[in-house]
Amino acid sequence: MNPSAERWLDREAGPLVRPYARTRGRTRPAGEGFDLIAVVAATGARPGDRLRYSPDHVRLLRGCARPVAVADLAAEFGLPLGVVRVLLGDLRDEGLIAVVDTAAPAQGRPGRGVLREVLNGLRAL
Amino acid sequence: MVYAPSDPAAGPGPAAGAGPGGTARPLVTTKILIAGGFGAGKTTLVGSISEIRPLHTEEPLTDRGVGVDDVTGVQGKTTTTVAMDFGRLTLSDQLLLYLFGTPGQDRFWFMWDELAAGAIGAVVLADTRRLTGCFPAIDYFERRGLPFVVAVNCFDGAARHDPRDVAIALDLDPGVPVLLCDARRRESSKQVLIALMEHVLSWPDAGAPGHDARSPDRRGPAT
Ligand SMILES: Nc1nc2c(ncn2[C@@H]2O[C@H](COP(=O)(O)OP(=O)(O)O)[C@@H](O)[C@H]2O)c(=O)[nH]1
Ligand SMILES: [Mg+2]
Repeated sequence: MNPSAERWLDREAGPLVRPYARTRGRTRPAGEGFDLIAVVAATGARPGDRLRYSPDHVRLLRGCARPVAVADLAAEFGLPLGVVRVLLGDLRDEGLIAVVDTAAPAQGRPGRGVLREVLNGLRAL
Repeated sequence: MVYAPSDPAAGPGPAAGAGPGGTARPLVTTKILIAGGFGAGKTTLVGSISEIRPLHTEEPLTDRGVGVDDVTGVQGKTTTTVAMDFGRLTLSDQLLLYLFGTPGQDRFWFMWDELAAGAIGAVVLADTRRLTGCFPAIDYFERRGLPFVVAVNCFDGAARHDPRDVAIALDLDPGVPVLLCDARRRESSKQVLIALMEHVLSWPDAGAPGHDARSPDRRGPAT
Protein backbone atom coordinates (compact mmCIF):
# COMPACT_ATOMS: atom_id res chain seq x y z
CA MET A 1 0.00 0.00 0.00
CA ASN A 2 1.25 3.42 -0.79
CA PRO A 3 -1.21 5.86 0.74
CA SER A 4 0.66 8.92 -0.44
CA ALA A 5 -0.01 7.90 -3.99
CA GLU A 6 -3.72 7.82 -3.39
CA ARG A 7 -5.79 10.72 -4.43
CA TRP A 8 -7.31 12.94 -1.81
CA LEU A 9 -10.86 12.15 -2.25
CA ASP A 10 -14.15 12.40 -0.60
CA ARG A 11 -16.46 11.40 -3.34
CA GLU A 12 -15.27 7.95 -4.15
CA ALA A 13 -13.53 5.18 -2.38
CA GLY A 14 -9.82 4.69 -2.52
CA PRO A 15 -8.35 1.49 -3.83
CA LEU A 16 -9.23 -1.66 -2.01
CA VAL A 17 -6.57 -2.41 0.53
CA ARG A 18 -6.20 -4.82 3.37
CA PRO A 19 -5.00 -2.58 6.18
CA TYR A 20 -5.59 -5.30 8.74
CA ALA A 21 -2.97 -7.48 7.18
CA ARG A 22 -0.69 -5.09 9.07
CA THR A 23 -2.40 -5.82 12.35
CA ARG A 24 -2.79 -9.56 11.90
CA GLY A 25 -6.47 -9.17 11.37
CA ARG A 26 -7.23 -7.13 14.44
CA THR A 27 -9.56 -4.22 13.93
CA ARG A 28 -9.51 -2.67 17.38
CA PRO A 29 -6.99 -2.39 20.17
CA ALA A 30 -7.37 -4.47 23.28
CA GLY A 31 -8.59 -2.32 26.14
CA GLU A 32 -9.81 1.21 25.77
CA GLY A 33 -9.66 2.80 22.35
CA PHE A 34 -7.66 5.88 21.48
CA ASP A 35 -9.48 9.13 20.87
CA LEU A 36 -8.77 10.69 17.50
CA ILE A 37 -6.90 13.61 19.07
CA ALA A 38 -5.72 11.87 22.23
CA VAL A 39 -2.09 12.66 22.97
CA VAL A 40 0.21 9.68 23.41
CA ALA A 41 3.86 9.57 24.37
CA ALA A 42 6.57 7.00 24.86
CA THR A 43 7.00 6.06 28.51
CA GLY A 44 10.72 5.57 28.14
CA ALA A 45 10.48 1.88 28.97
CA ARG A 46 12.80 -0.20 26.86
CA PRO A 47 11.17 -2.42 24.31
CA GLY A 48 11.24 -5.97 25.57
CA ASP A 49 11.21 -9.00 23.35
CA ARG A 50 7.71 -10.16 24.27
CA LEU A 51 6.19 -8.23 21.44
CA ARG A 52 7.23 -9.21 18.02
CA TYR A 53 7.73 -5.77 16.62
CA SER A 54 6.77 -5.02 13.10
CA PRO A 55 8.44 -2.14 11.31
CA ASP A 56 5.19 -0.23 11.84
CA HIS A 57 5.43 -0.71 15.62
CA VAL A 58 8.98 0.57 15.63
CA ARG A 59 8.13 3.56 13.50
CA LEU A 60 5.17 4.44 15.66
CA LEU A 61 7.17 4.14 18.86
CA ARG A 62 9.72 6.53 17.41
CA GLY A 63 6.92 8.88 16.50
CA CYS A 64 5.88 8.91 20.15
CA ALA A 65 9.26 10.15 21.39
CA ARG A 66 7.47 13.43 22.02
CA PRO A 67 3.80 13.78 22.91
CA VAL A 68 1.82 13.45 19.73
CA ALA A 69 -1.83 13.21 18.77
CA VAL A 70 -3.10 9.88 17.41
CA ALA A 71 -4.37 11.52 14.22
CA ASP A 72 -0.97 13.15 13.67
CA LEU A 73 0.71 9.77 13.86
CA ALA A 74 -1.66 8.36 11.26
CA ALA A 75 -1.13 11.29 8.91
CA GLU A 76 2.61 11.40 9.53
CA PHE A 77 3.17 7.75 8.73
CA GLY A 78 0.47 7.42 6.10
CA LEU A 79 -1.22 4.63 8.04
CA PRO A 80 -4.97 4.27 8.31
CA LEU A 81 -6.31 5.44 11.64
CA GLY A 82 -7.65 2.04 12.65
CA VAL A 83 -4.30 0.41 12.05
CA VAL A 84 -2.53 3.04 14.14
CA ARG A 85 -4.96 2.42 16.97
CA VAL A 86 -4.36 -1.31 16.98
CA LEU A 87 -0.59 -0.91 16.90
CA LEU A 88 -0.66 1.75 19.61
CA GLY A 89 -2.71 -0.70 21.68
CA ASP A 90 0.10 -3.23 21.37
CA LEU A 91 2.65 -0.64 22.46
CA ARG A 92 0.46 0.37 25.39
CA ASP A 93 0.05 -3.26 26.45
CA GLU A 94 3.82 -3.48 26.60
CA GLY A 95 4.06 -0.32 28.67
CA LEU A 96 5.95 1.48 25.94
CA ILE A 97 3.48 4.28 25.36
CA ALA A 98 0.71 5.86 27.39
CA VAL A 99 -2.06 8.33 26.80
CA VAL A 100 -0.98 11.66 28.24
CA ASP A 101 -3.50 13.38 30.43
CA THR A 102 -4.59 16.58 28.82
CA ALA A 103 -6.38 19.53 30.29
CA ALA A 104 -9.30 18.99 27.95
CA PRO A 105 -11.81 16.21 28.48
CA ALA A 106 -11.64 13.48 25.90
CA GLN A 107 -15.28 13.61 24.96
CA GLY A 108 -17.07 16.71 26.16
CA ARG A 109 -16.35 20.04 24.55
CA PRO A 110 -13.34 21.95 25.87
CA GLY A 111 -13.86 24.31 28.78
CA ARG A 112 -14.21 28.07 28.48
CA GLY A 113 -10.57 28.71 29.29
CA VAL A 114 -9.40 26.55 26.42
CA LEU A 115 -12.02 28.05 24.08
CA ARG A 116 -10.75 31.55 24.88
CA GLU A 117 -7.20 30.46 24.27
CA VAL A 118 -8.17 29.07 20.88
CA LEU A 119 -9.90 32.34 20.01
CA ASN A 120 -6.91 34.40 21.11
CA GLY A 121 -4.54 32.07 19.31
CA LEU A 122 -6.49 32.43 16.07
CA ARG A 123 -6.56 36.22 16.38
CA ALA A 124 -2.81 36.22 16.85
CA LEU A 125 -2.14 34.15 13.72
CA MET B 1 8.55 16.53 9.19
CA VAL B 2 7.61 17.66 12.63
CA TYR B 3 8.20 14.53 14.58
CA ALA B 4 11.84 13.82 14.03
CA PRO B 5 12.52 10.17 14.42
CA SER B 6 14.80 9.26 17.24
CA ASP B 7 16.08 6.06 18.68
CA PRO B 8 13.15 4.57 20.59
CA ALA B 9 15.49 3.30 23.25
CA ALA B 10 17.37 6.56 23.57
CA GLY B 11 15.36 7.91 26.42
CA PRO B 12 11.94 8.70 27.71
CA GLY B 13 9.68 10.94 25.73
CA PRO B 14 8.47 13.78 27.86
CA ALA B 15 5.13 12.87 29.37
CA ALA B 16 3.88 16.41 29.16
CA GLY B 17 4.83 19.77 27.78
CA ALA B 18 6.45 19.50 24.40
CA GLY B 19 8.42 22.69 24.83
CA PRO B 20 12.10 22.76 25.54
CA GLY B 21 12.78 22.21 29.17
CA GLY B 22 9.29 20.83 29.62
CA THR B 23 6.42 22.65 31.17
CA ALA B 24 3.89 21.57 33.71
CA ARG B 25 0.95 21.96 31.41
CA PRO B 26 0.15 19.10 29.11
CA LEU B 27 -0.49 19.46 25.43
CA VAL B 28 -4.10 20.37 24.76
CA THR B 29 -5.65 19.27 21.50
CA THR B 30 -8.87 20.67 20.08
CA LYS B 31 -10.73 20.20 16.85
CA ILE B 32 -13.10 21.96 14.51
CA LEU B 33 -15.00 20.28 11.71
CA ILE B 34 -15.10 21.77 8.22
CA ALA B 35 -18.18 20.46 6.46
CA GLY B 36 -20.11 21.14 3.29
CA GLY B 37 -21.08 19.62 0.00
CA PHE B 38 -18.68 18.41 -2.61
CA GLY B 39 -16.76 21.29 -4.15
CA ALA B 40 -17.84 23.78 -1.51
CA GLY B 41 -14.24 24.60 -0.64
CA LYS B 42 -13.41 22.38 2.35
CA THR B 43 -9.99 21.34 1.13
CA THR B 44 -9.25 24.90 0.06
CA LEU B 45 -10.14 26.34 3.44
CA VAL B 46 -8.17 23.82 5.47
CA GLY B 47 -5.17 24.29 3.17
CA SER B 48 -5.29 28.07 3.22
CA ILE B 49 -4.89 28.31 6.97
CA SER B 50 -3.07 25.21 8.16
CA GLU B 51 -0.54 22.58 7.34
CA ILE B 52 -2.68 20.08 5.52
CA ARG B 53 -2.20 16.37 5.03
CA PRO B 54 -4.56 13.57 4.13
CA LEU B 55 -5.74 11.43 7.01
CA HIS B 56 -6.71 7.91 6.05
CA THR B 57 -9.42 6.04 7.76
CA GLU B 58 -11.04 2.73 7.01
CA GLU B 59 -14.48 2.43 5.70
CA PRO B 60 -16.17 -0.74 6.84
CA LEU B 61 -17.68 -2.24 3.76
CA THR B 62 -20.50 -3.77 5.71
CA ASP B 63 -21.79 -0.29 6.45
CA ARG B 64 -21.74 0.88 2.91
CA GLY B 65 -24.86 2.03 1.26
CA VAL B 66 -26.48 0.63 -1.80
CA GLY B 67 -25.17 1.36 -5.22
CA VAL B 68 -21.71 0.02 -4.59
CA ASP B 69 -21.57 -3.14 -6.55
CA ASP B 70 -17.91 -3.26 -7.49
CA VAL B 71 -17.02 -4.90 -4.20
CA THR B 72 -19.64 -7.61 -4.00
CA GLY B 73 -18.07 -10.83 -2.97
CA VAL B 74 -15.28 -9.15 -1.06
CA GLN B 75 -14.82 -11.12 2.09
CA GLY B 76 -13.51 -10.66 5.53
CA LYS B 77 -11.76 -7.62 6.85
CA THR B 78 -11.13 -5.94 3.57
CA THR B 79 -11.96 -2.29 3.72
CA THR B 80 -11.46 0.72 1.58
CA THR B 81 -9.57 3.61 2.99
CA VAL B 82 -10.89 7.08 2.56
CA ALA B 83 -8.85 10.22 2.95
CA MET B 84 -10.09 13.34 4.61
CA ASP B 85 -8.52 16.75 4.86
CA PHE B 86 -6.59 17.04 8.06
CA GLY B 87 -5.11 20.35 9.11
CA ARG B 88 -3.19 21.42 12.15
CA LEU B 89 -2.71 24.86 13.63
CA THR B 90 -0.15 25.30 16.37
CA LEU B 91 -1.67 28.02 18.51
CA SER B 92 0.96 27.78 21.21
CA ASP B 93 3.51 25.33 22.58
CA GLN B 94 0.71 23.58 24.40
CA LEU B 95 -2.34 24.21 22.29
CA LEU B 96 -3.11 22.58 18.98
CA LEU B 97 -6.18 23.07 16.84
CA TYR B 98 -7.00 20.35 14.34
CA LEU B 99 -9.26 20.87 11.36
CA PHE B 100 -11.09 17.91 9.89
CA GLY B 101 -12.60 18.34 6.45
CA THR B 102 -15.56 16.02 6.72
CA PRO B 103 -16.82 14.38 3.56
CA GLY B 104 -20.43 15.29 3.09
CA GLN B 105 -21.67 12.22 1.32
CA ASP B 106 -24.04 9.78 2.94
CA ARG B 107 -21.60 6.95 2.82
CA PHE B 108 -19.26 8.76 5.19
CA TRP B 109 -21.70 9.12 8.06
CA PHE B 110 -19.92 6.38 9.94
CA MET B 111 -17.12 8.84 10.69
CA TRP B 112 -19.16 11.82 11.73
CA ASP B 113 -20.03 10.76 15.25
CA GLU B 114 -16.43 10.26 16.11
CA LEU B 115 -15.38 13.49 14.45
CA ALA B 116 -18.08 15.45 16.24
CA ALA B 117 -17.42 13.99 19.69
CA GLY B 118 -15.56 16.57 21.71
CA ALA B 119 -15.35 19.03 18.81
CA ILE B 120 -15.46 22.75 19.53
CA GLY B 121 -17.87 23.29 16.66
CA ALA B 122 -18.15 23.24 12.91
CA VAL B 123 -17.90 25.42 9.85
CA VAL B 124 -20.42 24.60 7.15
CA LEU B 125 -19.23 25.82 3.78
CA ALA B 126 -22.05 26.76 1.45
CA ASP B 127 -21.84 27.17 -2.29
CA THR B 128 -24.81 29.27 -3.36
CA ARG B 129 -24.86 27.55 -6.74
CA ARG B 130 -25.55 24.26 -4.97
CA LEU B 131 -27.00 25.20 -1.64
CA THR B 132 -28.55 21.81 -1.03
CA GLY B 133 -25.06 20.34 -0.71
CA CYS B 134 -24.79 21.62 2.83
CA PHE B 135 -28.23 20.49 4.05
CA PRO B 136 -27.04 17.17 5.50
CA ALA B 137 -24.27 18.85 7.49
CA ILE B 138 -26.61 21.48 8.91
CA ASP B 139 -29.19 18.85 9.83
CA TYR B 140 -26.53 16.79 11.51
CA PHE B 141 -25.04 19.61 13.59
CA GLU B 142 -28.47 20.88 14.61
CA ARG B 143 -29.55 17.43 15.71
CA ARG B 144 -26.37 16.89 17.56
CA GLY B 145 -26.32 20.29 19.24
CA LEU B 146 -22.90 21.15 17.91
CA PRO B 147 -22.49 24.90 17.36
CA PHE B 148 -21.71 25.92 13.81
CA VAL B 149 -21.38 28.88 11.50
CA VAL B 150 -22.22 28.95 7.82
CA ALA B 151 -19.53 30.36 5.55
CA VAL B 152 -20.77 31.27 2.09
CA ASN B 153 -17.90 30.68 -0.28
CA CYS B 154 -17.85 33.40 -2.91
CA PHE B 155 -17.10 31.57 -6.12
CA ASP B 156 -16.32 33.51 -9.26
CA GLY B 157 -19.37 33.83 -11.41
CA ALA B 158 -21.81 33.13 -8.61
CA ALA B 159 -24.12 35.97 -7.75
CA ARG B 160 -23.18 37.52 -4.45
CA HIS B 161 -25.80 36.76 -1.89
CA ASP B 162 -26.88 38.62 1.16
CA PRO B 163 -26.05 36.40 4.14
CA ARG B 164 -29.53 37.04 5.48
CA ASP B 165 -31.06 35.53 2.35
CA VAL B 166 -28.85 32.49 2.73
CA ALA B 167 -29.91 32.12 6.35
CA ILE B 168 -33.54 32.13 5.25
CA ALA B 169 -32.93 29.73 2.38
CA LEU B 170 -31.21 27.35 4.79
CA ASP B 171 -33.92 27.80 7.43
CA LEU B 172 -31.29 28.43 10.07
CA ASP B 173 -32.11 29.05 13.68
CA PRO B 174 -31.82 32.72 14.49
CA GLY B 175 -28.39 33.38 15.91
CA VAL B 176 -26.48 31.02 13.66
CA PRO B 177 -23.87 33.30 12.09
CA VAL B 178 -23.70 33.41 8.30
CA LEU B 179 -20.72 35.10 6.73
CA LEU B 180 -19.21 35.48 3.30
CA CYS B 181 -15.75 34.09 2.73
CA ASP B 182 -13.11 33.33 0.17
CA ALA B 183 -11.67 30.04 1.28
CA ARG B 184 -8.57 30.61 -0.84
CA ARG B 185 -7.51 33.51 1.34
CA ARG B 186 -5.88 32.74 4.65
CA GLU B 187 -7.19 35.89 6.28
CA SER B 188 -10.73 35.08 5.22
CA SER B 189 -10.50 31.51 6.50
CA LYS B 190 -9.10 32.83 9.75
CA GLN B 191 -12.07 35.19 10.15
CA VAL B 192 -14.43 32.25 9.65
CA LEU B 193 -12.77 30.31 12.46
CA ILE B 194 -12.78 33.39 14.68
CA ALA B 195 -16.50 33.85 13.99
CA LEU B 196 -17.09 30.25 15.04
CA MET B 197 -15.12 30.70 18.28
CA GLU B 198 -17.05 33.87 19.12
CA HIS B 199 -20.30 32.06 18.42
CA VAL B 200 -19.31 29.10 20.60
CA LEU B 201 -18.29 31.39 23.43
CA SER B 202 -21.61 33.23 23.17
CA TRP B 203 -23.48 30.10 24.17
CA PRO B 204 -24.39 30.38 27.82
CA ASP B 205 -23.30 26.83 28.53
CA ALA B 206 -20.10 26.97 26.50
CA GLY B 207 -17.48 24.99 28.28
CA ALA B 208 -19.75 24.36 31.26
CA PRO B 209 -18.60 21.40 33.31
CA GLY B 210 -20.40 18.28 32.34
CA HIS B 211 -21.61 19.68 29.08
CA ASP B 212 -21.79 16.88 26.63
CA ALA B 213 -21.62 17.69 22.96
CA ARG B 214 -23.52 14.53 22.28
CA SER B 215 -26.69 15.62 24.02
CA PRO B 216 -29.34 15.80 21.33
CA ASP B 217 -31.61 18.36 22.94
CA ARG B 218 -29.76 21.57 22.13
CA ARG B 219 -31.43 23.35 19.30
CA GLY B 220 -29.25 26.41 19.06
CA PRO B 221 -28.18 29.41 21.03
CA ALA B 222 -30.53 30.65 23.69
CA THR B 223 -32.53 33.58 22.49
N1 LIG C 1 -13.57 31.50 -6.67
C1 LIG C 1 -13.40 30.67 -5.64
N2 LIG C 1 -13.06 29.39 -5.85
C2 LIG C 1 -12.90 28.57 -4.78
C3 LIG C 1 -13.08 29.03 -3.46
N3 LIG C 1 -12.89 28.00 -2.62
C4 LIG C 1 -12.59 26.93 -3.39
N4 LIG C 1 -12.58 27.26 -4.69
C5 LIG C 1 -12.32 26.35 -5.79
O1 LIG C 1 -13.39 25.43 -5.87
C6 LIG C 1 -12.96 24.12 -6.17
C7 LIG C 1 -13.42 23.12 -5.13
O2 LIG C 1 -12.83 23.42 -3.89
P1 LIG C 1 -12.40 22.27 -2.86
O3 LIG C 1 -11.71 22.97 -1.74
O4 LIG C 1 -11.67 21.20 -3.54
O5 LIG C 1 -13.82 21.74 -2.39
P2 LIG C 1 -14.16 20.51 -1.44
O6 LIG C 1 -14.73 19.44 -2.30
O7 LIG C 1 -15.21 21.04 -0.50
O8 LIG C 1 -12.92 20.10 -0.73
C8 LIG C 1 -11.45 24.21 -6.28
O9 LIG C 1 -11.11 24.30 -7.63
C9 LIG C 1 -11.11 25.51 -5.57
O10 LIG C 1 -9.96 26.10 -6.11
C10 LIG C 1 -13.45 30.42 -3.27
O11 LIG C 1 -13.62 30.91 -2.16
N5 LIG C 1 -13.59 31.18 -4.37
MG1 LIG D 1 -12.00 18.27 -0.84
